[in-house]
Amino acid sequence: MTKEKREIIMFLIFTLAVLAVPFFLQGSYFMNVLVFIGINTMLAVGLNLLMGYAGQISLGHAAFFGLGAYISGVLTTTYELNPWSALAVAAGANGGLAFVIGFPILKLRGHFLAMATLGFGIIMFIVFNETVAVTGGPSGLSGIPNLHISSLVFDNDMHNYYLIWSVTLVTMLLSINLSQSRIGRALRAIADSEVAARVMGVNARVLKVQIFTVSAVISAVAGSLYAHTMTFISPASFGFNFSVELVTMVIIGGLGSIYGSFLGAAILTMMPEFLRVLQDFDIIVYGLLLIIMTMYMPGGLISGFNQITGFIGGKIKGRGGSHA
Amino acid sequence: MDNSQQLFQYILSGLSNGAIYALIGFGFAIIHNATGIINFAQGEFVMLGGMFTIFFLSFFHLPLVPAIILSILFSTMVGIAFERLAIRPLKNAKPLSMVIITIGASILIRGISMVVWGKDTHALPAFSGNEPLHIAGATILPQHLWIFAITVLIIIANKIFFNFTIAGKAMLACAYNSQAASLVGINVKTMILLSFAISSAIGSMAGIIIAPLTMTAYDVGVMLGLKGFCAVIIGGMSSGLGTIMGGLLLGLLESLGAGYISASYKDAIAFIILLLILFVRPQGLFATKETERV
Repeated sequence: MTKEKREIIMFLIFTLAVLAVPFFLQGSYFMNVLVFIGINTMLAVGLNLLMGYAGQISLGHAAFFGLGAYISGVLTTTYELNPWSALAVAAGANGGLAFVIGFPILKLRGHFLAMATLGFGIIMFIVFNETVAVTGGPSGLSGIPNLHISSLVFDNDMHNYYLIWSVTLVTMLLSINLSQSRIGRALRAIADSEVAARVMGVNARVLKVQIFTVSAVISAVAGSLYAHTMTFISPASFGFNFSVELVTMVIIGGLGSIYGSFLGAAILTMMPEFLRVLQDFDIIVYGLLLIIMTMYMPGGLISGFNQITGFIGGKIKGRGGSHA
Repeated sequence: MDNSQQLFQYILSGLSNGAIYALIGFGFAIIHNATGIINFAQGEFVMLGGMFTIFFLSFFHLPLVPAIILSILFSTMVGIAFERLAIRPLKNAKPLSMVIITIGASILIRGISMVVWGKDTHALPAFSGNEPLHIAGATILPQHLWIFAITVLIIIANKIFFNFTIAGKAMLACAYNSQAASLVGINVKTMILLSFAISSAIGSMAGIIIAPLTMTAYDVGVMLGLKGFCAVIIGGMSSGLGTIMGGLLLGLLESLGAGYISASYKDAIAFIILLLILFVRPQGLFATKETERV
């Protein structure tokens, strides 16, 4: 079986599973968690394009998520714009912003890139909090309308689930496709060695900015969908902690793996539910998880999983060989 | 008169905050020069300094000076443990992994502090009272003088250590070229450990002397750490004059900006400066450009 075929079959199985889940898990609590997993998967996949493919860190992605949510929220409440147009404006504005700041920011490397994106994230967080006249400040923005297609309004859990997950699946499909393409290979070359990639004729500077822009647009779409499904947003959801949470999703899932990002998003979204018994201890578990995963499983859960299956597969194959 | 009085107060609080940023920046520079790592957990040691001191004061009812000394010792031990458990096992890790490990450590230290000491804000008593001094028509808190004096002492000690002691010179050698340093018999691992110990000690000291003015809590480390980083970026990653100037400049701009433009955007000022410097002069305002090795 070729690699492409395997990818297609894998994606089909995943899609079927996503479509089937609501028939087995019911109750608004579960559906709500699943909607959040969908939004976080979208964000993690977007960040993974930048971190896993191109090897560039961003500690400010919550800002793009927040900007998407706020543009959509403000346009539909204060200016009474149609939610779909607001979503498009949010995506476009975020893309434009990322493209403009991408050139100076992505010139930086390693720790300095981390600090610059972090600085950007914190500035945006302060802006969300302090522009009270526009965003409502720390108390948030409420009454954001739901999305709708003619008479079909996405206002209950089931509708939201299918809305969010169809966008998430499209994002995943496009990202998987990208990784198999010429651009995907060029990005991985940049991640390995930017200088070597440039010597081979890869326009690293522009390509990095482009993937940063794509990543920001995905975050904006996720933010806009978040605003329209929750109908309420406040700055607390878009702070530095959430940026770190997104990075954690990508890392524990596995850098460069799209299904890994889903796994990371699912685990981190459900973790607070499980850790509720621990109350404040969850932040400790969180820190430990980051350290231990980076030290002992740098490829993330997906690569750990592959290692185990590969190991078992090798054993079975080895046994088959001795029989013959 | 009233206006100039106000300006003087802004400058004074700006400079004393700036001195703290410079000290925190030193911590970044010392670790970065020895290892090439930016330690995102640097701010947590600043927090630990203040919190440990309050802990020893209120829990064991120790006098101030022993409490401060114990606090620095404990913070330094946390720094050493951090290096041994999380940094040393990772050889030749990518910057991305190092960023994440130090962020993980920072979350961990913050989380444990929150669980142990709670979420309340604590005040450390001023070292010699809160009675303001009147010097030439201006009022100044004794704590400001303490901050300036201790900062100057640390700067001098730092200078002596790096220029006149064997260990200090060995650390400098590691910063220039760790392979060559190990060839002449310098134990690079020990030097890295030492760099973590020194920077956590300086960081905790900074946290202790600022705590009487600004209060402290489990989560003050993030902002202070980032501003210290901003100072050291302005100073071009040195633990010398550049970073001191960077810290003071940042403190002044922040204080004047908060006073005359907008208090709610005070924290944003530091980050706008940080981004501008990174965009325009990533090698710092006070450093000469170096070519990067591939």
